[in-house]
This record gives sequence, structure tokens and C-alpha cells, in this order.
Amino acid sequence: MTRKLVTVTAGLSNPSSTRLLADRLTTAAEEALVDRGEQARVRVVELREVAHDIMNAMTTRVPTGELPDVLADIAEADGVIAVTPVFNASYSGLFKSFFDVIEPGTLEGTPVLIAATGGSPRHSLVLEHALRPMFSYTRSVVVPTGVYAASEDWGAGDGGGRELSERIARAARQLAMLVTEHTSDAVDPFEEPTSFAELMSGLGH
Amino acid sequence: MQFGIFSVSDVTTDPTTGRTPTEHERIKAMVTIALKAEEVGLDVFASGEHHNRPFVASSPTTMLGYVAARTEKLILSTSTTLITTNDPVKIAEDFAMLQHLADGRVDLMMGRGNTGPVYPWFGQDIRQGIPLALENYNLLHRLWREDVIDWEGKFRTPLQGFTSTPRPLDDVPPFVWHGSIRSPEIAEQAAYYGDGFFHNNIFWPPTHTRKLISLYRRRFEHYGHGKADQAIVGLGGQVFMRKNSQDAVKEFRPYFDNAPVYGGGPSLEDFTRETPLTVGSPQEVIDRTLGFRETFGDYQRQLFLMDHAGLPLKTVLEQLDILGEEVVPVLRKEFAAMKPAHVPNAPTHASLLAAKEQTTTKTEETR
Repeated sequence: MTRKLVTVTAGLSNPSSTRLLADRLTTAAEEALVDRGEQARVRVVELREVAHDIMNAMTTRVPTGELPDVLADIAEADGVIAVTPVFNASYSGLFKSFFDVIEPGTLEGTPVLIAATGGSPRHSLVLEHALRPMFSYTRSVVVPTGVYAASEDWGAGDGGGRELSERIARAARQLAMLVTEHTSDAVDPFEEPTSFAELMSGLGH
Repeated sequence: MQFGIFSVSDVTTDPTTGRTPTEHERIKAMVTIALKAEEVGLDVFASGEHHNRPFVASSPTTMLGYVAARTEKLILSTSTTLITTNDPVKIAEDFAMLQHLADGRVDLMMGRGNTGPVYPWFGQDIRQGIPLALENYNLLHRLWREDVIDWEGKFRTPLQGFTSTPRPLDDVPPFVWHGSIRSPEIAEQAAYYGDGFFHNNIFWPPTHTRKLISLYRRRFEHYGHGKADQAIVGLGGQVFMRKNSQDAVKEFRPYFDNAPVYGGGPSLEDFTRETPLTVGSPQEVIDRTLGFRETFGDYQRQLFLMDHAGLPLKTVLEQLDILGEEVVPVLRKEFAAMKPAHVPNAPTHASLLAAKEQTTTKTEETR
């Protein structure tokens, strides 16, 4: 069957290494799904393109422009690939803001592959101390392997490029496994509301 | 269809002059605005309720009682009455008293309040917002319908042999609207009781608002109060008008850009495109408002937010003149022409009393 993937990339330059990593993870995830006999439908979201809309939603709760469409795709995704540059030893503010304007509960049970880029390998634990706890809070299912790419991983260092490729492939396989098992049992409270009797019985009435 | 205005009672600095009205000036201005609403032929004035700065409307029935004494036809309402932090017994008493003083020209809108720190000032907890709204309203509903009540619940001390006084005028409780911008539970509650449902329709794209209103309509039918399109729906809206659109945009922009709720957020253009805010000519307001009917179905009450964001009183009164003279008469005619006969008007004291007398007569006939 066709699985919906949304890749969220918070890189700011064009081209950006964050987008490059996002693309490689996306391609690897598609391949890993095909290996499991599944199809993938992918949407790549460049947060820069909805940056103003994210701020609009944050200040007034009104999602403008393309943002409502992006949020709808996130809500329906079978898997999310989330990639951020490292700014000031953490995810970028834009990256965090995007996930802050998503309605609570939206990502519950959604498999998420976390990835980050940085100029130095010394920040690789940002995946573990910043991204993983944040996605745990959203009750998403975070893929065990996170992918961090520093400058040297893009092929300049000793075997860095090969190690990155292996890590990407492993993370993608793990994501594909979780995506295949992902079932959306989310109940739309506007379609199937809790009945009044049930609401009142919760109060002991 | 009823047309009116609702106020949040904010004391906001006028960004074009840097002047901030005093609380006294703002309170008096609200009264002037309410009186103007009647003068220009509007049907409803609704006051918000807040217990924190920068708002002044902490005591709506006091203000509405004063307005009642100085008006003849205006329906006095709220937007909203806090069903979470007010004691339902006090709400029952205050609004029954107002109903007597105003000869029935009273209804009210229940709301929860979204400011966490306010709740504990009244001994409550925002995390219990929905349960408080459910239990308190359940009690309020009974207090107006049963002369003597025994009651026990989770949030309030029990009542033994209690009678809320005065009894509602003609034993007809004020009509109740439930206001919510995002909670399906409140739409469900309004539907269960066959009460009205109001969406402030200000900060949300119509797609969201429609989900909530459709839910209310569907459940209204489910609970046997009539067909879905007979449910009682109210909508908010906010407008700023001048003869020429460009003048309206130019004059309103500094208020929009500096308003506590929008400042630093979207551009005026983005906000008018994505939400029901309309800044332009009276004709644009007419077109936009008629569009609400296409999105949400035939509805019963349209309230506009006119006095906010530091707009000076003089400007607000000019806006009400335009609304009353150029916009509402056209809307009344157009909406009435399109409304099918089976869709009811918003209940009033007179219509509820007539309905009650009819039921009583029927019961007597069958005896």
C-alpha cells in the first residue's frame, strides 16, 4: 500500500546541507519501503517557505498561506523525517516553532526519524539531548537511529562519507519498519464526539 | 435574524495618539456604545466578562442593568459569562434579576475563559475547564426550571431545598448560547440542551469554524430538537468600514498592527484573507457577511466586534452609524429573503413565553 511520508527540513541556505541530508534520508526511506513491498508518497516541506506563516500561527493561532495544508499532511503522515541545522547547541528556532504550532496529539504514534547537520561533530548529541526528548513529548515513535552529519561526513574526512551512508540506510530501514506497522486510529472529535451522557458520567452524574 | 455588537471591554492605548483611556472613560464609553446600538437599530448588545487587566467588564449584569434602564428594545447579552469560575447559583440569581428589570430583554452566552491564572482567583483550576462548564451549567439549567432543588456535585457545595430567587420572568429562563472556538464538547453540550451555539468566528479560518458548527447542528438533530438546519447558530465578525476601502485600510492599519491580539503577527492583508475580519467599504462587509450563510448555513444572530484595539469612541460611534444605516438594513433584507420558512429565528423572551403558553394550553386540552 501507499505510505505517506513528510520530510521537514529547516535549512536556511540554498542549497543547504540540511536539505541535502533530508533528500538522502527521504530517498533511502522510499527505497526501504519498496524493499518491504510498500509504496511511498513523499512531501518535502522547506520550513523557510512557511516561516512567516509559522510566526503568524504562533502569534494569533491563525495558520496562513500553505501552512494549513502542511499541517494537514503532517496529521495524516505515516512517517515524518525531521531535519534541522544545529544552532546554538540545539535545533533551530524555526524548527522548534514549526513543531510548536502543531496541535497537541497530532504526532501521537507517528514514526519520526530525527536528523541534524552541523559544522562540527562535537554537537552530534543534539539528537539525543534536544530532538529525541522533544519528539518523545509529542508521543511520536522516534526511530532508534538518529542521523547527524557534520562537514567531514560529506566525504572530506577519512571514510566519513561511507559511514554517513550506512547510517542513513540503517535509519531509513528502521523508519520503514515502523511506517509499515503504523496504523492511524485517530478519532476525529468533530466527526465522532464524546456523547453528552459520557461527558457527564465522567463527573459522576 | 438578529444583529448586534459584542465588546471585550479592553482598555487599550490608541496607537495613533498614545493616549490610554481611564477605566472610568472606558466603562462610560461602553455604555454610550450600547445606547448607540439601539439608536442605529441594532438588536443586541453583548458584554464580555473579564477579571484581569486590561479589561474592565468584571460585572456584566451591573452594566447591562444600567443599559436596560436607558433602552427600550435592545436585547442585553454576554460574550461570554464565565460558567467555570462563577458560581452557577449567582449566575441564576443575577440574570433572573436582570431579566425582570429589563422586562425579558435578556439572554446570555456561556464561556469558559482561557486565562489559566484567573481560575485560582475564584478557587478553580483551568485543567477542569470542560468538567466545570458541564457541571455548572447543568446546575444553572435546573435552578431556572425547578423551584426547589436538591443538588450535589463535584465542584460546588451541595444544595438542600434551595430556591434561586427571583424566579425567571414569567417562569421562562433566559435563552442560553454556548460560546466556544475549538471545543467539540461544548458544541455537544449546546446540542444536548437544544440551546444556541455561538462561534466568535474571529481568529479562525472558516474551515475550522464550520467543523464545530456542523457538529453542533448534527447533534442538535440527534437530540431531537429539530432538523440540523433549525439549530440556533450565532456568529461573530469584525469589521472596519469607510466609504472607500483604501481609507478604511489606511485608518485601521495602525490599530491592527498594534492590537494586543494581532500585533507582530500576520499582516492586515493576510488576516483579512484568512479570517472573517473585513476592512473596507460597507458593500464589502455586506458581501462578506452574506458569505457566512453560504459557509455555515442559515443562522440566527450576527454580532460584530467594533470597539477594541484602542479605537477612539468617536470612531466607534461612526462605525455604528455606518453599520446601522448602510449595512444591517441590507443584510436583514437579504438574509430574510434567503431563509427557508422552517428555519426559526433566535428565541426571545416573547417567543419562548408564547411557546410555553402553547404547550400549557395543549396539555390542558388533552386532560
